[in-house]
Amino acid sequence: MLLRIERVVAGYGAGDVLRGIDLDVAEGGVTCLIGPNGAGKSTLLRTVSGLLRPSRGRVLFRGEDLGRRGPRERLLLGIVHVPQERSLFPAMTVRDNLLMGGYLLRDQRLLRERIDRAVAAFPICARRAGAHAGSLSGGEQKQVELARTLLLDPALVLLDEPSIGLDPRSRRQVFESVRQLAGAGRTILLVEQNARSGLAAADTGAVLDGGVVRLVAPAARLLDDPEVARLYLGAGPAEHKAERSRDE
Amino acid sequence: MIRGAVFVVTLAVLPLLGLPHWVLNMLVFVLMFAALASAWNLVGGLTGYPSLGHAAFFGIGAYAFALLLHRQTEITDGWQPFAWLPAIGVGTALIGVPIAAIAMRTRADVFAIVTITLLFVVQTLAFNLHGLTGGAQGLSFPVAPFPADTFERPFYYVLLGLLVLAMLLTFGTLRSKVGLALATVRGDEDKARGLGIPVGGAKVLAFAVSVGLTAMVGAVWAYYQVGIIYPQFAVDPLVTIAMVLMVFLGGRGTLWGPVLGAFVLETGQQYLAYELGASQFYLIAYAMIFLLIMLFLPRGVLPSLAGRLR
Repeated sequence: MLLRIERVVAGYGAGDVLRGIDLDVAEGGVTCLIGPNGAGKSTLLRTVSGLLRPSRGRVLFRGEDLGRRGPRERLLLGIVHVPQERSLFPAMTVRDNLLMGGYLLRDQRLLRERIDRAVAAFPICARRAGAHAGSLSGGEQKQVELARTLLLDPALVLLDEPSIGLDPRSRRQVFESVRQLAGAGRTILLVEQNARSGLAAADTGAVLDGGVVRLVAPAARLLDDPEVARLYLGAGPAEHKAERSRDE
Repeated sequence: MIRGAVFVVTLAVLPLLGLPHWVLNMLVFVLMFAALASAWNLVGGLTGYPSLGHAAFFGIGAYAFALLLHRQTEITDGWQPFAWLPAIGVGTALIGVPIAAIAMRTRADVFAIVTITLLFVVQTLAFNLHGLTGGAQGLSFPVAPFPADTFERPFYYVLLGLLVLAMLLTFGTLRSKVGLALATVRGDEDKARGLGIPVGGAKVLAFAVSVGLTAMVGAVWAYYQVGIIYPQFAVDPLVTIAMVLMVFLGGRGTLWGPVLGAFVLETGQQYLAYELGASQFYLIAYAMIFLLIMLFLPRGVLPSLAGRLR
């Protein structure tokens, strides 16, 4: 098991958002977390990346309790978090933004190799290398963010709502990139408000509600489950097909 | 690099051209403020932390220098006291480390308030620690024994050296990993932390180097004050305001912006002081310039020009 979350309780200030989360994430593939607003999906990602410390419970990565390890150490272990909000530095160039992803690497040769690999996977980084990141469209920025995650050669990528605010075409590109990352052997823990699209790109789905995991199942099964559709997917399968055809 | 070399050689030749004393005196202050503005730029420009307390470190450097000479009856070799500058710079930088570690937990306007409070604390101490600073009566020390007809030259060249040092540090920082880290601090510190960038260390380092340079300039200023320094001039909020204004005028976070700002504003200030006597009417001109910059060139002259040329 790559990631094991055991009875984690965490939150902000006095209120707990996560109220005893248990979740196992196997190596490889995409696990998509779905659930209503306030269910604790983003909070769970922040807890795994070390941006938030749980008040109770344990987060184990490859069997090791991450305990008091901070975000920097978790990055070095191979856990990269791509937050919901735009995380590029708009006044810096695409090239510099990409470089920042490898800030922790000391080996310059390795850094160059990784940059070449990231650019090959996301050609936008070469095409717009000298442009200020702020001048890129939302979809292009997300591509650069995903490319930047590759610089630390992560084992686990935590993706928080990567499609938020994007037009249908960019959204499709982002989900293709997510599959591409998973295809390269990385494990993706994905939080997606657009639950149908998220599950469609995922192998496994987990339903969070009220700060606990309610259900874990293959993503395809969750997509076909009428009860899950009614409670968490917003629209029925017929409406979903219509939405997909609009996207395409 | 060529531009920098031409700039330094031109400035190095100027005192040898037989310029009148008032011109050389003005150039000493221009170089002093260019070095100060370049030092402030390392924090205010590169990290975006608007320190208003730098005059405190200017004063610490000035008093450290004056105290080192205070007990001497005369100075035999006028160049020898300049040898204290590195120690004053390093010592003040070390003082700056814990201050930055605490103050830089705050950001933006709160950081500005914390640092200006520091300035007034140091000023109050300078006025009231009579045994150490001489209080309002000032702290005396022997006058530099340089010939009257070339008195300004040693100060001019030492300040030129400090300006070059500040610019080299800026140049190196802008092209280094630390420079990238500082740019991310300016952009969004929380995002930078998420990428594992050691933002805390980078900004404390920038602050320490900046205040160390500021203190060295303060020490040279004290030596130039022919034998006595007073707290109202050694720890003067107007010094901070000038540094900030010069950087904002020339362009924050650039190599040449602070230098341009210092050359424009300090010559302008000296001219206005000459025209308007010893009054502080020039402050009205300062305020007007600041308003105009904020309105029409919010990024400063050099970045705005570069933007238009692109």
